[in-house]
Amino acid sequence: MTEKLLEVRDLKVHFNTQDGVVKAVDGVSFSVDRGETFGIVGESGSGKSVTNLTAMGLINKKNATISGQVLFKGRDLLELGGDDLRQVRGKEMSMIFQDPFACLHPFYRVGDQIVEAILAHDDVPKEQAKKRTLDLLRAVGIPQPEERFRDYPHQYSGGMRQRAMIAMALVHNPDLLIADEPTTALDVTVQAQILDLIDRVKTEFNIGVILITHDLGVISEVAQDVMVMYAGRPMETGTRDQIFNQPLHPYAWGLLESIPRVDQKGTRLLPIAGAPPSLINVPPGCAFHPRCPHRFEPCDKERPEFVDRGGGHPNACHLSPEEKRRLWDERETRRGAKV
Amino acid sequence: MGRYVIRRLLFSLLVILIITLLTFVIFYVMPPTDPARAFAGKQPTPEILAEVRDQFGLDEPLFKQYGRFVHNIFLGDEFGWPGLGFSFDSRSAVKDELFKRASVTLQLAIGAALLWVVLGVSIGIISALNRGRLGDRAAMGFALFGVSTPVFFLGYIGLFIFWQTLDVLPGTGYTAFGEDPGQWFLHMIMPWAALALLYSAFYARMVRGNLLETMSEDYIRTARAKGLSERKVVFKHGLRASLTPVVTMFGLDFSTLLGGAVITETVFNLSGLGSYAVTAVLGGDLPVIMGLVVLASLAVTLMTLVVDVLYAYLDPRVRLA
Repeated sequence: MTEKLLEVRDLKVHFNTQDGVVKAVDGVSFSVDRGETFGIVGESGSGKSVTNLTAMGLINKKNATISGQVLFKGRDLLELGGDDLRQVRGKEMSMIFQDPFACLHPFYRVGDQIVEAILAHDDVPKEQAKKRTLDLLRAVGIPQPEERFRDYPHQYSGGMRQRAMIAMALVHNPDLLIADEPTTALDVTVQAQILDLIDRVKTEFNIGVILITHDLGVISEVAQDVMVMYAGRPMETGTRDQIFNQPLHPYAWGLLESIPRVDQKGTRLLPIAGAPPSLINVPPGCAFHPRCPHRFEPCDKERPEFVDRGGGHPNACHLSPEEKRRLWDERETRRGAKV
Repeated sequence: MGRYVIRRLLFSLLVILIITLLTFVIFYVMPPTDPARAFAGKQPTPEILAEVRDQFGLDEPLFKQYGRFVHNIFLGDEFGWPGLGFSFDSRSAVKDELFKRASVTLQLAIGAALLWVVLGVSIGIISALNRGRLGDRAAMGFALFGVSTPVFFLGYIGLFIFWQTLDVLPGTGYTAFGEDPGQWFLHMIMPWAALALLYSAFYARMVRGNLLETMSEDYIRTARAKGLSERKVVFKHGLRASLTPVVTMFGLDFSTLLGGAVITETVFNLSGLGSYAVTAVLGGDLPVIMGLVVLASLAVTLMTLVVDVLYAYLDPRVRLA
């Protein structure tokens, strides 16, 4: 029995800048269930972080135009006022970020920062908050929590800081944890530990996780469902198997062909030609068409709809399903992944 | 920490010695005026000059003169400790006059500093929080006015309005606190305000810039993500980090002022260190110059030490060893 925690519908976030309107997020829809890890993957500037910062209410509304819906446990977060949203933030929904060094305040003890997170929503005595902090530090694998409680962030290693951030995110047993590139700034060995930890808290606390990353390897390890984003738009959404084994969008093909895979030794790595577009001047039609080797007539004029053409595997591409299957097979054969 | 402070104090001593040596070389070895001639009055006979030289030891070798100067500072002279000698100009001990004037300058500096820190920091905060809006524009307009209005202009305008026109404040001059606290306060208000305006303008701009920069840091986003109230985010997380550079700045500014605020003291006719220094330099009153230099360098080195210790307290990443 799955419970829909978060449902984002046609979210658009446009920033008004001096140079023009930046369409950072332009029509994103997805949903996350309890107990699921939902992966969002895309290049830098594809709008994956902005999508989630908007959900958390951390986008300054003064210079942004936001439309659509962000339904969290049935409530539209975009309609909540500052104070109501603050009640959700850090309590029912929490977030960890990319660079754990910059994310902890350098002047306060790590323990005190976590205690502060507890006291932000719970009116409990300080001693009790401290006890809970120590329990959580222990739970996320920080050795000697009593001593570490009193340390400052600069005395922690990168991995430990991220563990502390996770502990801080868990203080109120949230329903949803958003992890924005949680392993990008870490060593590879530490990356695996942090991913394990996130996976473990997901099960233990029975929460939903959104994992944002540009690293398909990370996604393939922990995500159940995956959304591929490009230029602020979703390109393809599906289960992990669908995305990795029968991807339907040429952009997803390009991404997959550009990473080495253990199960496909000896294949060639092919980069995607070109660079992501400016979000002020997004190409007309399909945003990916200038870089797409399979573009044809309508691609530069009509924006393909993001629809499910059967199989619970929605994508935004003008190619017909048969055509896609043929092209993907062709590409796989050429690359040497298929014999 | 204790060892650090002691080491720094010893180092300060060395700095002061070097500074006095430099001053000594400038004023005794390459004299713009002959000290004996300055002391002896108009058209002295060679006999009088010789007598004066002999009396103050000006005919002794220079290293011996400097040695005596250092010796007197540490061990005192006939006027007590620290021995700063005898003023050619007033023909009295430098120490008494210097201390009296230092107390006036200190009162001026402390009052102005309180005012400008409170004003500067609060204007900076208001400005940063209302970035681009009316409050910000008004505050930055004030800052521009403050930065570009010299004290000698503002001071006279103030005197003209509040003293001569409205007659709500007494004019220039100084009344000791012990004599009449009310008069003391009324006399100090305008000098404080005039001096503070300039600095508060600088501080407002600095606090605004620092706070804006801090508010875009990742840890501010974390604080918001925790669900803290905006007030806590700004004042506990934002302000703390943006005020540390202000502490450094304050130490430098304040210690510079302790050496005398010449223009403010002149405009408001306060007998502080600044006007004392001007008179001494113009009159070639060497012992006074040396005394002032010792005092000013002591103020600067001590304030720097205070700032360093304070900084380590404010920012745990700074380790003192």
